[in-house]
Amino acid sequence: MSRLLAWLDDRTGLVTWTRHALEHPVPPRTGWWYVFGSATLIAFLLQVVTGIALATAYVPASGQAYESLRFISEQALMGRFLRGMHYFGASAMMLLIGIHVARTYLMAAYKYPRELNWLSGAVLLLLTIALAFTGQLLRWDQTAVWSVIVAAAQAGKVPVIGTDLARFVLAGDTVGGATLSRFFAFHVFFIPALVFLLIGLHLLLVLRHGISERPRLGQPVEEATYRARYDAMLRSEGVPFWPDAAWRDAVFGAAVVAVIAILAVIVGPPELGRPPDPSILQAYPRPDWYFLWYFAVLALTPTSLETFIIVVAPLVFGAILLLVPLSNTGERSVRRRPWAPLLVIAIVTVIVSFWIAGAQAKWSPDFAATPLPAEVVHDTSAAVVEGARLFHSKGCEFCHQIAGHGGERGPDLSNVASRLTSQGIALQITNGGPNMPAYARSLTPDEVQALVAFLSTRK
Amino acid sequence: MDAAGSDASPDPAPPAPPSTPTNGAEMLPRRRFFSRLSTAVSAAAAVIVGVPFIGFLVAPLVRRVPREWRAVGPVDRFAVGETVSVTFQDASPLPWSGVTARTAAWLRRTEDGGFTAFSVNCTHLGCPVQWIADARLFLCPCHGGVYNADGTVAAGPPPRPLGEYPVRVRSGRVEILTSPIPFA
Ligand code: FES
Repeated sequence: MSRLLAWLDDRTGLVTWTRHALEHPVPPRTGWWYVFGSATLIAFLLQVVTGIALATAYVPASGQAYESLRFISEQALMGRFLRGMHYFGASAMMLLIGIHVARTYLMAAYKYPRELNWLSGAVLLLLTIALAFTGQLLRWDQTAVWSVIVAAAQAGKVPVIGTDLARFVLAGDTVGGATLSRFFAFHVFFIPALVFLLIGLHLLLVLRHGISERPRLGQPVEEATYRARYDAMLRSEGVPFWPDAAWRDAVFGAAVVAVIAILAVIVGPPELGRPPDPSILQAYPRPDWYFLWYFAVLALTPTSLETFIIVVAPLVFGAILLLVPLSNTGERSVRRRPWAPLLVIAIVTVIVSFWIAGAQAKWSPDFAATPLPAEVVHDTSAAVVEGARLFHSKGCEFCHQIAGHGGERGPDLSNVASRLTSQGIALQITNGGPNMPAYARSLTPDEVQALVAFLSTRK
Repeated sequence: MDAAGSDASPDPAPPAPPSTPTNGAEMLPRRRFFSRLSTAVSAAAAVIVGVPFIGFLVAPLVRRVPREWRAVGPVDRFAVGETVSVTFQDASPLPWSGVTARTAAWLRRTEDGGFTAFSVNCTHLGCPVQWIADARLFLCPCHGGVYNADGTVAAGPPPRPLGEYPVRVRSGRVEILTSPIPFA
């Protein structure tokens, strides 16, 4: 065995190289904060393995993908489990890379000489987002089809080249036979190839510059002194990466895999929606959880800011990511960089609040609203009963709640009569507002009367 | 590109190859020629591979799909004043398109006997709007956009009225002209 290894090492050099890579000294006491990068890598490898398995049965054709997914989920041996692993693996990868970026930023590990570690990581973050988006589309059901159209519509907002971009996204004038195959090619070949390349670079850089030590207050990074100080620290107190630091990566990584597997068994993959038929109009497209916050951003953006949010904001975000390592010297400790945790908290808060808004999606009309039951109306005079009937049939109830029935797009009208006079109610109905249609054209005066009569009872 | 890269990489060039005369004053131009030649042929090979790659990917931008008139039903199947969804095939569906080659429109037979066909795509971000007959409104499920019966914006985020398809009546059948999804 050892002779075989010696032979292999003589011919390839790989054994020595691996030993060197594994045993290279790393700073002591790095702790659990340092496990998220390797865990992201493990999640990615899991995606590669489960993805290859799924690709052996998936048919990347617009007309057949849905059926092949049905087969994978319902009949193929372990198919449901693999789809679940792939889905939760994607979720884990998004989550872990987010934490890894935040950790790196908070500890200012991007400073000299690790600026390119950060930049390669930033590109990896963008590629991971691209993988998540394209992957979600490969679950080629109704929601996926409408997500492609929404994505194309967003591309369409780009000035000048928007229409061409939209055509590029759809691979044609509309969703059709050409649409899915290219998303498949990007998801399984192109983007993963780039990810492999960049992970290689990223790891090479980690080996070259060493794992960043924990920041120490009053020890600013200076180009002239940093390397000598880092090397001296490694010589005096460095520990071999394997196993002194690696055991945490192994334990955490294994836990990640275990959690993904458990979720895949218990929760299972996301249900397949209706078939990818663009002529089925009863659709309520919403993205997977990791993009739900952006769905909320799109819903809540005022029209005047729309192009800015859709086109400029992502560019600004990308630019900021790339510019972070410009401040590559100075203090690394968060106590001297108080804006760093504030920024991270601000970003997380914004995303979480949009995420909650997206999960509730109050801006969507409630198409499932049913006529108000008699005990909610509880007045039996003809005008009020008629008004309550119109409240449902004219679509008011899709957006307004009364006693817990109806949508939440507009104000709750359970007590509207205590806020508005009958005249005020009539005005609001006929004139509408920015988010409410003016009903003057579609209601007769009698119908307005009846609605006012009904709403005036809601005190 | 790959081929060129692996051709160049295997042997780390020793600083002074034994075959090179040390007094190679006139060998230098030769060496410069080889280095330029190698770079040039590699670049040419990369172009040979790269042009079709990029061309193939952007092909949908230049490929113009013909527009076709598609019958959606006999005229008298549509009641005057009613708005219903109709389904038709895309212009030239690929053989493996399956159900994705289908498109819908909201078709209304107007009082004057004509027809109007509204695009189902919300002008905000393309979601499928639904016609609520009693309220005489189109409602969008994504972000709550609302359109009047004539397609004008009634409320919410949409920036423009609903798009319309050209419609005509030929030998008693209503026909819709296939069109690209209207993105601004
Ligand atoms: S897509 Fe219709 S309101 Fe946004």
